[in-house]
This record gives sequence, structure tokens and C-alpha cells, in this order.
Amino acid sequence: MRTLTGTSTLIRFVVRRERLRIPVYLLVMVALIASTAAQSKELYPSPAERNEYAATVADNPGLIAMVGPTYGVTNVGGDTAWQWGAFGGVVVALMSMFMVGRHTRAEEQSGRSELVRASPVGRNAPAAATLVVVVAANVLLGALIALTMMGFDQPAAGSIAFAASLAGVGLLFAGIAVVAVQASQATSGAYGLIGAVIGASYMLRAAGDVGDRTLSWLSPIGWGQSMRPFADERWWPLLLLLGVGAALVVAGFARLGRRDDGAGLVAPRPGPPVARPALTRPLGFALRLQRGGPIGWGAGLFLGGLSIGLTGQDAESILGDSEQVDDIFARAGGSVVDNYIAVSLLSMALIGTGFAVQAVLRMRGEESAGRLEPLLATALARARWAAGHIAMALVGTILILAVSGLGAGVADAISSGDAGRLPLLLGSSLALAPAVWVLAGIAVALFGLLPRAAAAAWGVLGACFLLAYLGPLLALPDWVMDLSPFTHVPLLPAADLSVAPLAALTAIGAAFIAVGLVGFRRRDVPVA
Amino acid sequence: MANAISVSGLVKTFGSVRALDGLDLTVVTGEVHGFLGPNGAGKSTTIRVLLGLLRADAGEARLLGGDPWTDAVALHRRLAYVPGDVSLWPHLSGGEAIDLLGRLRGGLDSARRAELLERFELDPTKKGRTYSKGNRQKVALVAALASDVELLVLGEPTSGLDPLKETVFRECVEELRQAGRTVLLSSHILAEVEALCDRVTIIRAGRTVESGSLADLRHLTRTSIAVETATPPAGLATLQGVHALHVEDHRARFDVDTSHLGDALSHLTRFGIRSLTSQPPTLEELFLRHYGDELAEAV
Repeated sequence: MRTLTGTSTLIRFVVRRERLRIPVYLLVMVALIASTAAQSKELYPSPAERNEYAATVADNPGLIAMVGPTYGVTNVGGDTAWQWGAFGGVVVALMSMFMVGRHTRAEEQSGRSELVRASPVGRNAPAAATLVVVVAANVLLGALIALTMMGFDQPAAGSIAFAASLAGVGLLFAGIAVVAVQASQATSGAYGLIGAVIGASYMLRAAGDVGDRTLSWLSPIGWGQSMRPFADERWWPLLLLLGVGAALVVAGFARLGRRDDGAGLVAPRPGPPVARPALTRPLGFALRLQRGGPIGWGAGLFLGGLSIGLTGQDAESILGDSEQVDDIFARAGGSVVDNYIAVSLLSMALIGTGFAVQAVLRMRGEESAGRLEPLLATALARARWAAGHIAMALVGTILILAVSGLGAGVADAISSGDAGRLPLLLGSSLALAPAVWVLAGIAVALFGLLPRAAAAAWGVLGACFLLAYLGPLLALPDWVMDLSPFTHVPLLPAADLSVAPLAALTAIGAAFIAVGLVGFRRRDVPVA
Repeated sequence: MANAISVSGLVKTFGSVRALDGLDLTVVTGEVHGFLGPNGAGKSTTIRVLLGLLRADAGEARLLGGDPWTDAVALHRRLAYVPGDVSLWPHLSGGEAIDLLGRLRGGLDSARRAELLERFELDPTKKGRTYSKGNRQKVALVAALASDVELLVLGEPTSGLDPLKETVFRECVEELRQAGRTVLLSSHILAEVEALCDRVTIIRAGRTVESGSLADLRHLTRTSIAVETATPPAGLATLQGVHALHVEDHRARFDVDTSHLGDALSHLTRFGIRSLTSQPPTLEELFLRHYGDELAEAV
């Protein structure tokens, strides 16, 4: 086992580098699942209400496509497992992907693995150490989920099946990741490959679940759901997940044992020897650097929008009669369906703000990586460079909100049979843009004035999330709620369009951007 | 205009660290000026101030007749910059990066670009992330050298280049000198500075410690002499400017201040010189003299 020399030291090293990420990820995941279980318990207290809810969701193919087959929705555990089966599978798959990628291919790409491998460390040791930690994290996640579900007085067998289905999907994708990082020379390429498998797994089970589930058997996420937690559990799909995962790990290590450090399956493609004119204009340049952003976020928000549209017309029966829900939706003030759609579109906009913040903070990333300095040493003015990235964030915001509204509009128009719903929901989503711009503006201001604290823009976004969801429940005073720009946007289609707040928010966003640009023009570059 | 760069009393602090502490630097138009100093002496900080990237806390800095901070964009059309540690955009090819930098500067000469790619043997189709350190350096060098500019600011430009490409680089700098361009060459490779530079400025801990032509500076240094004489040389110890003297019968080894070299030699002729070797002073020695106590501390 000389190829594994040094694995135990490297395990400690991987744990050291993940010591924050793993606990945060596990806690957030468990907290979200616990809140779903708590909500499910509270929303439908009586068996009659549960049965009505179960009948409604079982009748909604759109919802089944989004979430999964409704095996045990009549009980709290089964409802939680249903809601988390597909989404949870995607999340655990992403965790495994990032952890494997970060400690294997990313290390090779940066050249750090050379340093490690030049010491008495076996060829397979870095990957083996990573795998040990990823397996441990998935098992730990499973244990925490099982304990949480049992804490909600759910049967042990179902709790363990639910936990094992998610952990099993995570482990299988760890295997996929071990193979993918052998194939691609670039970490981003490996992530693209795994991301495609995750996407395909999700879509295959969606297509299968609305039919006879044949296609679902092509999807690892579908295997996890086929364990039917809290609904007459089946255990053998777990063996399928673990067996295929183990086989993939063996295949990956076989390749690892034969390939050069840093090598992939295919040599990287050459790029163009000369730059096209568009590249040397600030906006074209920002677009080239960031084009993946709007595409990725847009695809996600389109799916989100679709799910809103697919469920919208059933909102009344899905939501039931709950004061909690009434509180959250009270602000909108329209019919239940429109309230639900309006608030859901607001959620999509809040998520999409992640894109805007990311696009703006890319400037800080370029600065930290040392790539800004040579550009500013040319005749490129600071403000012009920044304008490219800021325009990218602002225009990209419109783009992804349009896509979110389009998804909701198309699905809602079909399920309601009213074509007019499409432009209505598209416009409703677009009307949220000024609030997103304010957050983008805050990020620009931070970048310009307090570059070291630029990442605090994420904290501001987090605060907006909390205010939007917890504010009404906690009955926070108005002045606190008013701090969030998302409190001020008219919630179409439930509310009427009012231009004044939109104009005011746009002006505030522009002011933040102006302040940030002035600060950026006056400060040192780079600020370490 | 006589001076391409004139800096006096430049101060820049980062928190409690005083990176530049009254630095002076004068680069005459048309010269190749060496900018020397150990790591952390303030070379990069000075260059960043000259590029208008950092704002000086005190002192005067003029670049091509303008203010580097307020006139940054206009001045940058007339200069090109090569950092010592080039980081490229991972998904852009080297050719794209060259064009990006060149066009932002106001366009580059495509014939010259092609010629430089050939001379430096750089493949412009590879992606930024796949280049080695030396090749990333070449990308920045080609972008800078293919621009028609008055001033080149080169911050340790040859780090990572192989000796053949280093020779190409020296040829390019020589061509720039012939063409009357100004070059500020920050470096700690003394042979490179000695071979290329008309004048040098040596800095340390954010201050200028020496500045002048190589001939001027050599004047301040010592020549090592090893001599064998017919009769044992006497009285050397009493001569001015003689250091580290070792006398053994007919042989003597000593260092002499270059300004007192003549006196020492005429003194030696009285004893009948049989053989004499002298080591000319090098920049290396100059450097060691200024940083020698640091080395001593390190030992």
C-alpha cells in the first residue's frame, strides 16, 4: 500500500481546511430539514387536513416533477422526505462535488499537489484522504438527519431510510466526482461534468416521476427517492447507491494510478491566437469573464419560476389555513393564488440577488488575484473598467428576473388556461429589479470604499432574506422592515404597480454605485 | 523634457508599515535605469505609485511630465508595464491577453507582435491557466514590447525566463535604448542590470541609498588586488584606502578603494611586481556593501 503513504496526515490536513465548511454545511442542511418537518407538523394538524393536502399534491404532476413521487406525504416524516428527496439530493451531490474537487483537481491545477507529492506521499494518498473525509461528512450528515427526524417523533426506520437516501446520493456523487476529476485538467471542467450529471439526474427523475418511474431508475437521485422513507421502506436501492459509488471510486483510482500529475483525459483546447474587438471593450471583457453567471443563475431561476407557475393555481389547498402563511403573504393583499405567486417571485428575486452581488464582487476577485493592476497600467480608466462589471450585474439582473418570470408565466398560463398570465407574471418579476439593484449598489459601494469588507455584501443579502421571511412572523417594527429594499417593491401580481417606490429604489441604487465609484477612483489598488 | 521620472521624498504607509520613507528616484529620458533593492525594499510600491495605482502620502512624483495619480489614464497611453509576477485570466488565451493589454493601451503593432511571439517562442493559443510562470511573463513582455510607447516600466521582468529568452529580452531592451525609449528596470539580478543599465538607483527600506551611473558607483567601490613582488612588499598597511590586507613573504592580497588604486600601485612598483591580478568591482559588491550588514545579521 505504498500508494497510500501519508494518507492519515493528509486526512488531518483536509479536515483542517474544511473545519468551517463542513459544520456550517451540515448545520444549515439539518436546520432546513428540521424547519420543513416543523412546518409540515404545524400546517396540517388534523388527519383530514393531511389527507386533503396529500390528495392535492398527488394530483399535481408539475409538483411531482419538481419534487418527486408522493409516497408518504400523509405523515410528517414522509412529507419532509418528499420535499427534500430531490432538492436534498442535489445539495448533497454538490457538497461531495466541491469537497472532492477542492482537494484533488484544484490542488493539481494550482501546482500545490506537486509540492505535496514531492514529499514521501503515495500517489493515491491525496485522493484517498479526501474520500475518507467526504464519506465521513456524508455519514455524519445522515446521522444528524436521522436523529433530527426521530426528534420529531418519527419512526426510526423511516428516519434512517430518509437519512440514508440522502447520504447515499452524496456518496454516489463522491464516486462520480472522483472519476470526473481524473477526466478534466481544469477544476471548472470537472465541476461542469459533475454538474451536468446532477442536472441530468434531476431531470430524468422528474420525467420518470410524472410517468411510470422507468426513467427515474436511470437517476441516482431517483434511487434515493425509491427508498420510500416513511412509506413502507425499501432498503436495496441503498445498496445500488453504495455499490455504484464504490465501483466509480475503484475506476477513478485505477485511472489516478496510471496518469500523470496534472493530466486529464483530453488535452486542453487551444484558444484564439488574437482577441476579437469586443473583448477589449470593458463590457465585452466583463461579459467574457462572467458569461457563465447569468447562464447558470438564469437556468436555476427558470426552474424556480416553472415550479412557481406549476403550483400557483393549487396554492390554496397546498398552503392550507395557517396563520403563519397568512402573515408572510398578508403584505401582498390579493387573491391566495396571486399572493403565493407574488411572494414566490420575490423569493426568486432574493435568490437572484446572489447573482448581482457575485457579479459585482468579481471586481474584488480580479483585484485580489493581481489581474487588475496590469489593466489599470494601460489607458483604461478605473471607472470604465468598473462600469463593465457593474453593467454586467445590472443588465444580468433584468435577464435572470425575466427568465424567472417567464418560467412562472408559461407554467401558470398553461395551468390556468389564461395566456394573459404570461406577460403579467413576466412584468411582475421584472418589477422587482430595482430592489436587486440596490443590493448591487451596496456591493459596489463596499468595493469602492471598504474593499477588505466587500464580502459583507453577502451579509446584507442574508439580512434581506431574514427580514423577508422572519420579519412578518416576528412582527418586527416597520422601521426595521423598511431597511430592506425588498420591503418597498410592489408585489405584483397581487398588488398594484406603483412607480414611485421603483423610481426611488433605482435612484438609491444609482447613488450607492456613484459613491462606490468615487471611492474606487480615490483609493489604492490593490488593497491586500 | 529631461526627466522621464522624477520622484522626491516619496512616503507611503500601509497601516503601521512605512513602505516608502522619503524615496528619491530620477530617470532621465532615453536612459535605461536600473532600480535595485532587496525584497521588500519598496520597489513595487514605488512602481505602483508611478502607475497611479497607489496614492502617495507625501512627496513629489512626476512621470512623463504629468502627475501619476491625476493624469493616470493619459500617461498610461505613453507607457507599458510588466509586473514581476504576472497573473493571467484562466480562460483567456495568451494571444487574447496580449491584445487586451495592447489595445487598452491604444493599440499594438501586429507585425511587431508576431515577431516578438516568434523571438520569445510563445504559443498564443494556450489558455492563461496552462502557462508556466515564464510563459506568463512572456505574455506580459510581448504585450509591453509590441506597444509603441515612450516609457517601459519593467518590474523584475525576467523572473522565470530561461537564459535564452533572457538574452532575447536584453536584445529588446538594447533596441529600445537605440530607439531612444526610456526604461525603468526593477531587478535584483545584478548581471542583468550591469549589462543593460546606464544608471542605477539602489534603495533599501523605502529610502534611496545610492544613485548614479555605474562608473560613478564603481568609483565608490574597492578593487581586489593579488600581487607577487621581487622583494617583500612593506608599508602597505599604512597606505590610505587599503583594506583586508594579507601579506605572506613575497605575496600580498588586499582590497583598495578604487579612488586610491593609483597610489597603491605606484607603491607596489618599488618592490618589483612579478605578477598582479586585479578583480574589478562589481555591482554585486556594491550591493553587498549596502546590504552586507543584513547578511551578517542573517549569518
